[in-house]
Amino acid sequence: MMEETTQTLEPEAAASTSSDAPQTISVAGAQPEIAPDLDSDQLKLTLGEFEGPLDLLLYLIRQDQINIYEIPVARITDEYLRYLQLMQELDLAVAGDFLVMAAQLLDLKSRMLLPREATADDEEELDPRLDLVNRLLEHEKFKAAAQMLWSRATVERAVFTRAEIETDKNNPEVVVGLFDLLRVFQDILARHKEEVLLEIEREEVTMAEMIERLRNMVRSAGELNLLKFFERAQSRRELVVAFLSVLELVRLNEISLRQRETFGEIVAKSVSPA
Amino acid sequence: MSTAKAANVEDSIESIAPEEESVVVGQREISNIELKAIIESLIFVADEPIGAKAIADIIYVDREAVEAAIQELLGDYQARPSGLQLREIAGGWQIATRPEHHEHIRAYLKSKPSAKLSLASLETLAVIAYRQPVTVPEILEIRGVQSPSAIKTLLDKRLIVAKGRKETVGRPMMYGTSKEFLIQFGLKDLSELPSMEDFQDLAGGAE
Repeated sequence: MMEETTQTLEPEAAASTSSDAPQTISVAGAQPEIAPDLDSDQLKLTLGEFEGPLDLLLYLIRQDQINIYEIPVARITDEYLRYLQLMQELDLAVAGDFLVMAAQLLDLKSRMLLPREATADDEEELDPRLDLVNRLLEHEKFKAAAQMLWSRATVERAVFTRAEIETDKNNPEVVVGLFDLLRVFQDILARHKEEVLLEIEREEVTMAEMIERLRNMVRSAGELNLLKFFERAQSRRELVVAFLSVLELVRLNEISLRQRETFGEIVAKSVSPA
Repeated sequence: MSTAKAANVEDSIESIAPEEESVVVGQREISNIELKAIIESLIFVADEPIGAKAIADIIYVDREAVEAAIQELLGDYQARPSGLQLREIAGGWQIATRPEHHEHIRAYLKSKPSAKLSLASLETLAVIAYRQPVTVPEILEIRGVQSPSAIKTLLDKRLIVAKGRKETVGRPMMYGTSKEFLIQFGLKDLSELPSMEDFQDLAGGAE
C-alpha cells in the first residue's frame, strides 16, 4: 500500500526516467505531477494516492482506454513492469503484492502466446485473462462502493443530534465504588502522616523551660505584655504550654495580671516579695 | 426522504385512527395527539436511535399504535419547514438537524468536520459491508493489497466488529459492520445500501 508520496529526484535521474517512460509513469489515482522546484535544481515528482497492484492495472487500462475484456496483456505487462522499475529507481519500497501481480501478469503473457485449446466448445471460457478481468471488475465495483460510502459519510457529518445531557453517561461521582473511596482515603491518610512526622522533629519546649522563660522576661522588663509572650510560641503545643506556665506562676503568686481596660492588653508584673 | 416514502406516510395517516380517538397509557387514557407528543419527547431524549418496540415497552402501548403515531409524527415533521428532521436510522428513530444548516451549527459548536477515513479504510469498509461476514484473506483477495492498518482503524472507530471465526484452515476471524456503521453512514439497515449491480453499471460504463 502506498500513501501520498512526494519524491525528490536528482536532475539526471529525472531526465532518464522521462526518456524511458514518458507518459506511463503517470500512474496513481490522480495525475502525478513533475514540477521543477524553483528554489533548487531538483525536480519534484508527486504521486497521487494509489492502492495496490489492482489499482495500478486498472489505471493503466483506463488510461489507454482499453476494453477491459480485450486487455493487450503484453503491452499492459510491459507498462506495469516499467512502473515497478520506476518505483525501484525512486527507492520506493515495492510492496510484495506488486511483485505477485507482476508474476501473474508474466504468467498470463506466456499463456497468451500458446494456442488456445481447440478441444473446447466454448472459446470464451478459455480466455486466460478472464480471471484477472473479473478481479479487476470486482475491484472497480468496490472502489465505487467506497466512493458511495464517502459521500454518505460526508452528508452524515453535516447532521447533528442534540447535545449530550447529563444522564447520557454514567455520572462519574456515582460510578466510584467503595474501594475507590477507600483508596483515596488511604492516600489522604498517608499524606497526613508525612506532615505529622515533620512536626515531631520540631524542638519541644518543656513546661519547666517555659516557666523559666516567662520568669526571665517578666524580671528583665519589670512588666510584660502577655501578647508578646504568647507571640513567641511557635506551635499550638507551645502556646498551650505558655498559657499553662502563666497560670502556674499566677498560682505560685510569682506574677500578677492586670488588665487596664475591657478587652485591653493584659500585663504581667512580678509580685515583689513584700 | 423519497416521494414514495411521503406517499406511504399519507396512507398511514389515513389508515390510522383519527386524532380524537384515544389509547390507554399506563393507568389513564390519552389522546393520539398526546401519545404523539410523548413519543416525540422520548425520541428527543434518547441518546441513541430508539425503536418503536422500546418506546412501546416504556409507555405500555401496543407497538402498532406507537408505529402509527411515529408515522403521523413523521408526516408532521415533513409538512412543516422545521430545522429538525425525524428519521429512521440503525433500526430506530432519531431527531436530528438538517444537513443544509451544518455551517451555522458548526459555527456554534466550533467544530470542524471530523477526521475522514482514508481511501484504504473506506475500500476495506466497503468490502466488509458488502461481503460480511468476511475474513482478512478474503478482503485481500478483493482489494489485491494487504489492509492490516485499515482493519485496525475500522475496529478502533467501532465501525466493524468481529463476528466469530470461520471454520476453515487457520480459523480466521470474520468481520462485519456494526450499529455504529449504520449510524455514521445514515443507514436504516444494511438493505439500504445500494446493490453491487448498481456499481457494476458505474464501473462498466467507464470503458
